[in-house]
Amino acid sequence: MEGAVRTVRGSNMTLAQRAWNIRRKALLMGEVQGQGYIGQALGIADVLAASYFHALEYRAEDPEWEGRDRFLLSIGHYAIALYAVLMEAGILPEEELETYGMDDSRMPMSGMASYTPGMEITGGSLGHGLGIAVGMALGLKRKKNPALVYNLMSDGELGEGSTWEAAMSGAHHKLNNLICLVDFNNQQADGKSTEMLCSEPLEAKWEAFGWHCQRVDGNDLNAVVAAFDKARAVSEPKPRVIIFDTRMCKGVPFLESREITHFVRVEADEWSKALAVLEEGKPQ
Amino acid sequence: MTLASMARKYEQRRVPRITDGERMATSAMIASLAAEGYDTVNAPFGHALVDLAKKDDRIVGLTADLSKYTDLHVFANVMPDRFYQMGMAEQVLVSTAAGLAREGFIPFATTYAVFASRRAYDFIAMAIAEENLPVKIICALPGLTTGYGPSHQATEDLAIFRGLPNMTIIDPCDADDIAGMVPQIATHDGPVYSRLLRGKVPSVLTRHKPDYKFQLGKAQMIREGKDVLIISSGFMTMRALDAAERLAADNVDVAVLHVPTIKPLDTETILAEAGKGGRLVVTAENHTEVGGLGEAVARTLLTNGVAPSFRMIALPDEFLEAGALPTLHDMYEISVDKVAERIKGWL
Repeated sequence: MEGAVRTVRGSNMTLAQRAWNIRRKALLMGEVQGQGYIGQALGIADVLAASYFHALEYRAEDPEWEGRDRFLLSIGHYAIALYAVLMEAGILPEEELETYGMDDSRMPMSGMASYTPGMEITGGSLGHGLGIAVGMALGLKRKKNPALVYNLMSDGELGEGSTWEAAMSGAHHKLNNLICLVDFNNQQADGKSTEMLCSEPLEAKWEAFGWHCQRVDGNDLNAVVAAFDKARAVSEPKPRVIIFDTRMCKGVPFLESREITHFVRVEADEWSKALAVLEEGKPQ
Repeated sequence: MTLASMARKYEQRRVPRITDGERMATSAMIASLAAEGYDTVNAPFGHALVDLAKKDDRIVGLTADLSKYTDLHVFANVMPDRFYQMGMAEQVLVSTAAGLAREGFIPFATTYAVFASRRAYDFIAMAIAEENLPVKIICALPGLTTGYGPSHQATEDLAIFRGLPNMTIIDPCDADDIAGMVPQIATHDGPVYSRLLRGKVPSVLTRHKPDYKFQLGKAQMIREGKDVLIISSGFMTMRALDAAERLAADNVDVAVLHVPTIKPLDTETILAEAGKGGRLVVTAENHTEVGGLGEAVARTLLTNGVAPSFRMIALPDEFLEAGALPTLHDMYEISVDKVAERIKGWL
């Protein structure tokens, strides 16, 4: 188990470099399509880098390896970000990058299990991932398989009642093999999440639902890594959640400062500009 | 301020609807379907699942606070470590079943048909059907089998699930169908929605056809006849068979084709039987006239150029009344008396 993972992680590349590569690939995919959920991808890149190059066990050459940690993308529209990290991890061939969102591509705009290696579930109908994760965590326990289930969801999904059914269920069944990752970018289709259906105080909610809860800056890699380590080390028989406060469009300041919307508008000539700006911030 | 359409709607109920005969008490949800003259089998689903699970350790059972009302308690009592009580949470019930299926198990998830079809639909569609996962959704109180009114009467469940790709749909008639179905749907590599009769379930089909065995995807002739062909599913096959016996006394010869698998529909057998000519074809279903067996058969006949005289017996496109089932079955014309009466009227 260990050896296979080391072959993925065994390079000298830092997590900051991995996160930068993820951002770059996402921008390249956005450029192909001329659109995409690039704000979310740039914002979640650090969490994904820590997930795939610090936390998760997997074998790049065998995405269905029984011993892998399961990573569920409940937020199907974040697929552009997951494709980027799957390429970075060697699970998805990088040559396919230019097919993103095109006819016949294995990388549709919204992630689906039947299209893409490494995409565990069909997300996109929001509020589904955590419930499926509960079932997979129960299934792994039945099989005495020590793998973990990670469910990446958004703050918007906190408005779905099914999320809280699943939260109660995860605690009821004492699923200490379940780690929920909440991307709190405070942005959804119609505006700020906290102004749509406010989920605050969020840590108190998760704790009241019986979860071990942490809230960290999702764009601070050291904090992200420490949160993953702590979540995995909890000894109490309860599920864990990490709320990551992230910044939409992180790493491309002129987009960060734009009045952010769920589907950030990037003009045709701005993709190359964004890539050039990102290049300036390339970690050494 | 009250909208005109909402004002004092209850006033119309001051006028009694039942002008003759006795008034009966509302049929509770635990009541078994009355079936005079038939032997009954206790909890056929629960016992069939236990038998299957003893041979196949991939079988697990889940429910949303309705194990006793879906006969899953039989399984839970025998195999408590393979039973998951999910609480009153249908969305996570089916999502969890999807997750267990992803990990290689064959989950049987039970609730009432109204809750699966209405509340959990998006989760069944995306977490289960779109990925073609082998989750078996088994639901009690199909159609008009409770007197509690629309909150518990799943009169449109088949229409809802027929629209879902990959979904196999079963509307069993009796204990024989249910016991026969369980191992067959477990073997089917995909999602299944099945209606369920629970408690003391009548054994109907083998009395009329001793060698009857449920076959997934197959319609079967239970009774031959030269004047009328009833194409039916669910407990309406029982009604059809009983009505056929009554009509025989009036020299009306009625055939009954039982179609327990609603999707995929056995169009070959339906076309062969309906195409024989000379018979009035009547579909009979415990479901709204919209989107169920009747419309599926009509489409099959029309698109294949088979055009017999055709009638449908189904529930109306309405929210149905509360009350006692015998009263309601007469009111909506799915009782034996009414089925026989209507068929006679069409000849």
